[in-house]
Amino acid sequence: MPHRTFLAFILPSILAMLLFIATPIVSFAVQSLYIEHDKILVVSETCQPLGGCVKETRVDSEATAKLRHDHPLGKFNGFGIYQDHNHLAFADIGNIFAGNFGFYETVARIYDLPFYRALVFTLTYALTVTPLAMCLGFVIALAVNAVPKLLKGPVIFFSLLPMVVTPLIGSLVVYWMINADGILGAALQHITHNPNLSLKASPTMTWITLICYGVWINAPFSFIVFYSGLQTVPSDTMESAMIDGASRLQRVRFVVLPTLMPLAVFVTLVQLMDNFRVLEPIIGFNAAANATSLSYSIYTALNNQSAQMFSSAAATSVLTITGVIILLTPVLIKTAREFGFRT
Amino acid sequence: MKFTLKALLLLGAVSLASTAALADCGIASGSVRILSNDFEALKIVAAAAEECASATVKITKNQTAEHKNLQVPALTSNPAEYTVAMVANNSVVPLLSGGLIRPLDDLVAKYGKDLEPNQLIKIDGKTMAIAFMANSQHLFYRKDLLDKAGIAPPKSYEDVLAAAKTLQEKGVIKYPLGAADKAGWDLAAEFVNMYLGYGGEFFEPSSAKLAINNEKGKATLATMLALTKFMSPDYLTYGADELNKDYQGGKIAISNNWGSLAGAAVDAKVATADVVANTVFAGAPTVGGGTTPAAALWWDGFSIAKNISDEDAAASFQAMMHGIAPDIATKNPKAATWLIKGYTPGPTAVGVIQTAAAGAKPYPMVPYMGLLHTALSTGLADYIKGSQDADKAMAGVEAAYNAAAKEGGFLK
Repeated sequence: MPHRTFLAFILPSILAMLLFIATPIVSFAVQSLYIEHDKILVVSETCQPLGGCVKETRVDSEATAKLRHDHPLGKFNGFGIYQDHNHLAFADIGNIFAGNFGFYETVARIYDLPFYRALVFTLTYALTVTPLAMCLGFVIALAVNAVPKLLKGPVIFFSLLPMVVTPLIGSLVVYWMINADGILGAALQHITHNPNLSLKASPTMTWITLICYGVWINAPFSFIVFYSGLQTVPSDTMESAMIDGASRLQRVRFVVLPTLMPLAVFVTLVQLMDNFRVLEPIIGFNAAANATSLSYSIYTALNNQSAQMFSSAAATSVLTITGVIILLTPVLIKTAREFGFRT
Repeated sequence: MKFTLKALLLLGAVSLASTAALADCGIASGSVRILSNDFEALKIVAAAAEECASATVKITKNQTAEHKNLQVPALTSNPAEYTVAMVANNSVVPLLSGGLIRPLDDLVAKYGKDLEPNQLIKIDGKTMAIAFMANSQHLFYRKDLLDKAGIAPPKSYEDVLAAAKTLQEKGVIKYPLGAADKAGWDLAAEFVNMYLGYGGEFFEPSSAKLAINNEKGKATLATMLALTKFMSPDYLTYGADELNKDYQGGKIAISNNWGSLAGAAVDAKVATADVVANTVFAGAPTVGGGTTPAAALWWDGFSIAKNISDEDAAASFQAMMHGIAPDIATKNPKAATWLIKGYTPGPTAVGVIQTAAAGAKPYPMVPYMGLLHTALSTGLADYIKGSQDADKAMAGVEAAYNAAAKEGGFLK
């Protein structure tokens, strides 16, 4: 294809990406460098029903509005937000290392910092759910491929169900099922003969629950991609493998897997990105006490009871994007190399 | 064809006539746009305000739990997206800080004949909001279970703990207690309640500097943790609504929950017969030998946007006065603890009224309280599940608050 035709072909997508992806990223990257203006506070008398009158501090709205009008972005703060306690917490980490607490205590103290706690769960979730969901999806795809033609339609439909359910609704349904009185929770208590067993109380159990849920809801995507890939496996290669006496397992190992490898790379990319921004299960399972994620930090910064903390949310977003880039780099390098070999 | 046209015209005339009949609010013209939270009492008020709609008065409403996130941007635009913002102690603060709501004194003088003096929320002598209902967390308990174990009605959290121990030892109920300890907003509200009960101050006088890292703060945490020992192991996932479901199902003997959920707790349609027959509502308990109930007082009310025409403001105020007219309270006595004139509190309002009468403190209206609430909501989870000591939890909350307050421009 001549370069000009290629350019004309791809230009609309590039424009759309600039407008809807690049511009917002630039916008919040800039926002993360600013914090709110110093508030001008005045003391005033507040009278409420039942509570009586008290002297309380209040923001002088006119003076603050003028400041905001003159400098709408806020007060320049450089990378201050990135370094504060709620983000990378350099000062806290410095103190922890200066304290010489020994390995276990040092790790525990770093884990107590909100950003690192969120990061650990996010990474654990992305790095376990992605491979597990892909394996499960692949196994389902192989199984469905072997089902007689007549049954294929309904089986595919049921295998896709978890993907049809909105993640938040799915997690709410499972949340009530694993409740101590729910069908799964009660069954587990019965099986283990432990009436106090709770899937929601301990961090380990919560993490396992969230990861199982993640695998359940993500497997259908891998399944449908791999299933369509299976239809492209060349039948003559398959037949010659059979004639050579390859077992079913050997055929999967030496014929199917190499054919599906490019698809697997694609699914890994998409799923890693998807799982790195895990949010809905944490909300649906009310699991914030035991597991928080980077997206959850952004959510709480924007969704608290009074002011929305845009700078905080912007900084966490930039850090999340950095995380995604770091995570995807190995896969991207691999793809780029393969592409280079082929041309 | 002709027939249908006629029928349509007739229908139109009838509907016009019927809305005209409803519009006895005395509003000449204007546009009323209501933004509010989404619970029963507010739905009743908004529906009543909507009755004022007529050919010249257009009334719309948006009732959503996301109202706190919508209100500031919506009222900042000029003209404002909404003319009425239904608010509470906490959600009125950003509107005040932004200078987005107007003083209501002239409207009160003109149209507010049904208002009681204690409904007016005054800032520096100017009425900025009109309250119509009060709310607080208070005791819901099962008299039959307490009688079975021979326990007197609890008055303090020490009584509650003793009662829980007896109930468990005598095998009356497996998990006697319940509280809305869900990590997040609920957990922070529990801390605020208990800390007020200990007589604590959240901030140093007229400054945004945090003052909770003290003996009272630690006592608050210790009591909260002691209570969890008698709760279902899933307590950290229970918000107020989940808690009320367990209470309705008869799984809790003593719970501390919102007055606005009291009606639902004993609703015969969802609650078991034992719960309906034997539930007693009482004021929030005291704690640590103090006399102040360990519960913050809340009010719900409405404000009128600044960036709208005076005509719309007057129309909005009049429609809302119709929405909180005395007969609304008498017709819906169970929906809320109304502050409306002529309301006689019913059995489900006793808890809030006792809490208020015993001198409970209102939820602080200072502009940085929201930041503290957020810091508490994430910082206390580890402590309440028993995996962190109180000193570390307090230090964590303090560090998170300081960072947020710096970002918000409250601390240097």
